[in-house]
Amino acid sequence: MLFALIALPFAAALALMLAPRAGRNLSAWTVGLAALAGLAILFVLAPAVFGGEVLRARAPWIEAIGLEFFIRIDGWAWLFAFLVLGIGALIVLYARWYLAPEDPPRRFFAYLALFMGAMLGITLAGNLLLLIVFWELTSISSFLLIGFWGRRHEARAGARMALAVTGGGGLALLAGVLVIGHIVGSYDLDLVLASGELIRSHPLYVPALVLVLLGAFAKSAQFPFHFWLPHAMAAPTPVSAYLHSATMVKAGVFLLARLHPALAGSTEWLLIVSAIGLSTLVLGAVAAVFQQDLKGLLAYSTISHLGLITLLFGLGSPLAVVAGVFHILNHATFKASLFMAAGIIDHETGTRDLRRLGGLYAAMPITGTLAIVASLAMAGVPLLNGFLSKEMFLAETLAFESWPSYQLAVPVLAVFAGICSVAYSARFVHETFFGPKGHPPKTPHEPPRLMRVPVEILVVLCLAVGILPNLVVADLLALGAGGVLQGPLPDYHLAIWHGFNWPLAMSAISLAGGLALYAILHRRGIARRIDLLSRGKIAFEGIVAALIGLAQRVTRTLETGRIQGYLLWLLAFILLVGASPFVDLAAPLSTKPAQPAGPMAVGLWLLIVAGALTVTVAYRRRLVAVIAMGIVGLGVSLVFALLSAPDLALTQLLVDMVTTVLLLMALRYLPAISPPEPERLARWRDGAIAVAAGLGTTAIVYMVLTRPHPSIAEYILATTMSEAGGANAVNTVIVDYRGFDTLGEITVFAIAGIVIYALLDRVRLTALTPFAAKGPAPHSLLLNLCAQLILPLAVAVSAYLFLRGHNAPGGGFIAGLVLAIALILQYIAAGSEWVDERLDHDWNRWIGAGLLAAAATGIGAFAFAHPFLTSSTPHVHLPLVGEIHLASAMGFDTGVYLVVFAACLLMLAMLGKVSRWEARD
Amino acid sequence: MNHLPVLPVLIPLVAGALLLLLHDAPLRLRRLVVAVACLSLLGVALMLVTLADRGGYLVYQLGNWPSNVGIVLVVDRLSALMVLLTAILGAVAASAAAGGLDTRQAHFHALLMFQLMGIAGAFLTGDLFNLFVFFEVLLIASYGLLVHAADGERLRRATHYMILNLTGSSLFLVGLGVLFGLVGTLNMADLAAKIAATPDENVALVRAAALLLMVVFALKGALLPLWFWLPRTYAAATPAVAALFAIMTKVGIYAVYRVHTLVFGAEAGPAAGVAEPWVLPLGLATLVLGALGALAAPSLRTLTGHLVVASAGTLFTAFGVGGADALGAALYYLVHSTLAAAALFLLADLVLRHRPAAGDCLRTDDAIRRRDPLALAFIVAAVSIAALPPLSGFVAKVALLDALAAHPSGAWLWTVVLASGLVVIVALARAGSHLFWRPPPKGHVATTPVAAPAFAETAPLAALLTASLALSVLADPVLAYARAAAAQLAAPSAYIAAVLGQRPVERPGSDR
Repeated sequence: MLFALIALPFAAALALMLAPRAGRNLSAWTVGLAALAGLAILFVLAPAVFGGEVLRARAPWIEAIGLEFFIRIDGWAWLFAFLVLGIGALIVLYARWYLAPEDPPRRFFAYLALFMGAMLGITLAGNLLLLIVFWELTSISSFLLIGFWGRRHEARAGARMALAVTGGGGLALLAGVLVIGHIVGSYDLDLVLASGELIRSHPLYVPALVLVLLGAFAKSAQFPFHFWLPHAMAAPTPVSAYLHSATMVKAGVFLLARLHPALAGSTEWLLIVSAIGLSTLVLGAVAAVFQQDLKGLLAYSTISHLGLITLLFGLGSPLAVVAGVFHILNHATFKASLFMAAGIIDHETGTRDLRRLGGLYAAMPITGTLAIVASLAMAGVPLLNGFLSKEMFLAETLAFESWPSYQLAVPVLAVFAGICSVAYSARFVHETFFGPKGHPPKTPHEPPRLMRVPVEILVVLCLAVGILPNLVVADLLALGAGGVLQGPLPDYHLAIWHGFNWPLAMSAISLAGGLALYAILHRRGIARRIDLLSRGKIAFEGIVAALIGLAQRVTRTLETGRIQGYLLWLLAFILLVGASPFVDLAAPLSTKPAQPAGPMAVGLWLLIVAGALTVTVAYRRRLVAVIAMGIVGLGVSLVFALLSAPDLALTQLLVDMVTTVLLLMALRYLPAISPPEPERLARWRDGAIAVAAGLGTTAIVYMVLTRPHPSIAEYILATTMSEAGGANAVNTVIVDYRGFDTLGEITVFAIAGIVIYALLDRVRLTALTPFAAKGPAPHSLLLNLCAQLILPLAVAVSAYLFLRGHNAPGGGFIAGLVLAIALILQYIAAGSEWVDERLDHDWNRWIGAGLLAAAATGIGAFAFAHPFLTSSTPHVHLPLVGEIHLASAMGFDTGVYLVVFAACLLMLAMLGKVSRWEARD
Repeated sequence: MNHLPVLPVLIPLVAGALLLLLHDAPLRLRRLVVAVACLSLLGVALMLVTLADRGGYLVYQLGNWPSNVGIVLVVDRLSALMVLLTAILGAVAASAAAGGLDTRQAHFHALLMFQLMGIAGAFLTGDLFNLFVFFEVLLIASYGLLVHAADGERLRRATHYMILNLTGSSLFLVGLGVLFGLVGTLNMADLAAKIAATPDENVALVRAAALLLMVVFALKGALLPLWFWLPRTYAAATPAVAALFAIMTKVGIYAVYRVHTLVFGAEAGPAAGVAEPWVLPLGLATLVLGALGALAAPSLRTLTGHLVVASAGTLFTAFGVGGADALGAALYYLVHSTLAAAALFLLADLVLRHRPAAGDCLRTDDAIRRRDPLALAFIVAAVSIAALPPLSGFVAKVALLDALAAHPSGAWLWTVVLASGLVVIVALARAGSHLFWRPPPKGHVATTPVAAPAFAETAPLAALLTASLALSVLADPVLAYARAAAAQLAAPSAYIAAVLGQRPVERPGSDR
């Protein structure tokens, strides 16, 4: 049943989301029934709760972080849940009549239900993390409610401001709750409430307290976070009535009360909470007098009353807590009715501007009477509920003992705030209903009967509580206060008449002073001339704007969209990070003698260095740069040859040839000379970084090469014949020991081919630097002849290299490149038409077939219950070629061969397209 | 013989090769191949997660060579989880592309498959050079996916991406070369076992190599100062590709988590903990700058790109803090943030299409069509990614804050994490209120018809958003899994023993 209670509003919201055609009545009924059903459940639970029982229901949720779905209902939770659902039900009825036909009712009521559920969750949560979950849900749903009329600027701004302030407070609260959980070892409310001593004596008490208070104050619009509340008035009035009387802003004071046993009772608590409460009380009261908007006046009055409640909880005595709980109840009743009355006035006159209203009593006497009674309650006039709790409040300010000046300030400022509250109540009544007739946009009249019902109920309650407190509210109050204090209640007596005493005198001063103040302000027209705009809004928007400005500057500075800048960061970071270990760790340059360099080695070294330097210096002239890079590649392959690594030398040479040709072809689409770099200084900087990076790499490589090199080479050389079945260890490494790498690499090659295809196939490029003037390409006859001669030879060599690869230099990769180069030569010599005519293939398919062949070979091992790519080697002796092993490694190498060859040709075909167009043109 | 560990690489490879063969076959056939591949990948990934959750290590010796000679694939909780995430995003991307993107881009399907192969391989491999190879596979495939149809902006961004990453690849080789030269092995477990015994004169070099590798991974993983290219590049990608890219930064982060806990982790002697002092402050700064970037973002897509950066910052921060608690929370966060970012990228595209005049621009006003469902999706995605309850982001944040508390400067970490969280909330609130609430400019008449998005496009979005809810409702088992995975990371000796202790299969009757 406890779970049903919390689930009801959410179920209603969900139902509305799923019912696209729900109109005003259906939507309102859905949410209204959810609220009424919730109230019914509360009544069923009432006997147990009033009997002092604490009801608990638990469901596991996320044990790992200590979050349990724990519903815990004690007196305080019950009372607040009652408030949330009771006022909620009235708001639903009111909103049904308030909403205009063009407002989407389904959305409105769904948000409202969501909010109601979240609020209910705060009250019922028995686990502090669960409370946070619902707490932030109220922030989200109130964002949606305040922004309901999102087409208006102020609605959007108000919603965002509320979300930022209360959501930010929620983050602080989360941190605070985590700290409390750390201290107590659990988020379980029962445990936390029982650990007050432990918490207050813990070194982390003050941080925890401050964080929790930040959350509570932000939510309850306490100074200096109060500014969001008036701007939340951009919401439809039912929302304001709900959020700012019984729910949203009350969540903060609810939490203060809820955690009272755990956190209160220290000097820090007393100081912070009472001081903030007091300043909010005064500030809100003064500002409320100088509002021109009906709802603005009520909003600041709400701030002021919240300050009063906060102050009471800050004073911390049991009696003050009783008074605070009582005032929460009373404020909820009269403020909800006043907001609704303001909404009716707005609804029926078309304005909420006090300067345009006046003399409405004649047109709407019933509404007027209701609003007047509620205002009297707000002002704290006897026979109304506000008077009772205010008396208790004043008594507490007097009973408060502290530093002398502070002790004096509290009651004095309380009276001052009381004067202001009488003044703004008087202004609300007088300038709306009496005085000269205003000139509102619409002709005022009474609202629909049912729209008034909620106001009537609440006003009757104000009167009933005010006249017969012991009969109507005493039990409820005892229940709630008992739940807050988690212990015995202090002695107190609810009565209208306590005899002549100081609180009564203070009330009298407030009343008289307030009326006098209003009279002065009104006669001089001061109240109408001053519109106290909240500085908080300006400050808040200033901060947000500054933050956005900063963010934009930072983003512009960092994300330039220029590759040069990004590379600069990368290289500088590499240098910094890479050099850091050498700062404090000794690293000798070499630990074993280097090999002497022969003249050949030195010559090659110079060649490579010269090539690299040429690229660096002449990089703007792309053709030169590409050729110089070819020289570097050639040098490297000669180095391999010199160091007796024929496989590597051959591979490097062939790769270099193919790359250079393809690059040269690509160059045709680029300008011959790249644009110059902008600044001289930047060029020097870039040059310095490049040199440093190059030297750094050289140093590291040198260090590694001049140290002993432990290696698995011996193992491979020893097993290549016996285990991998090939005498050429380089090849067995490629196709067997590390065949998986090779599979990956040919996939890279394959992807490169198809990416070029995907890029260029449907694009028509024009060459910027044609190699020759228009007309048939001037093909060299001699070259053509050579190429034609070489082609069959190359095919044979390729096949030979492929077959013998496992035992002598060669293999699929090399063989594939050899064949590709022969065809590239042919292409250069005879032109693309010649090649196309003879080799008009869909190379994409060949690539796919090659990959499949390689993969299938590897998968073949599955049949023998061996891992992927395990080779099996029946040896076959072929004449001329020598011994080869067929089967697996061969199949894999075939795949390599196909992919390499086909991808080369695909790239060639794509890059060569331009000449075909040129020929056609 | 259990071949499961190699299947996440083989399935997309074979499918990709098949798709090349079928590249001009009817679209339906190609989509069928992709669907079969994605579903089998998902199935395999789920099986791997189940297997890994037993707590052991599956070591798969390719070519049946001893672990220190050949290449091994290793499945533990972390790699299985990452493969599952890859499979999910692969399916999401394939489905989203079936809205029509896959007809416009040549070889889209094959590239997608190769991309998945590269990502899955990077997560599974236990060999550092093989990791390099898979980095190349996923790099070139992602380049292919990015350049789509060679329009100017995309091509430029993709080229930047390519150049930067190739620079990173060269650096990877330098780092690898140093390690191989000094230690003589590429197997990560073997490296880990041997690096603790590095002689004094080599310590600086080994630490430098470790840091260079950290830079390589940080470039992929978007750590300050290496992420500046990312938001615009991701924003320029097509939605399906951007959604898939949500996992690309995670590849870099995974590599840091894996290599720097295993090879240079707590048990690595003189090379232990070399990266953390760099990663922690830079991770925090990345988080802050990512959040600020989100606030300044001119479009929903760049906003999402910055959120990707911010989440990378969070993950690097957690690594910098270190320990099983922080890593466990981080792994949960990783799953959450990847799915949430993918969802937001998909949503950004839908928003873009439903505001014909303004696209997803956050500066221009336009009326949005199909407002209610889109707004609902946005709220859910935003709540999730802004770490508000009750979705997965909140769970992740609480777990993370809990873990960060133990750090000596925990208060600062909390402040930064919470403050940037607030900035993200503000950024998303601004974006949402602009896109869905702001009225169109005066005199605007919505005439351009907007085609309804295909089911194949909305379904993955709905699935991702539901996943965020599911991750929260079922947070306990997921968190338990993440924490167990982190515990495995924090204790590398079990990994090392499993890999080096694995014996090749006996092969009766063969000549080996």
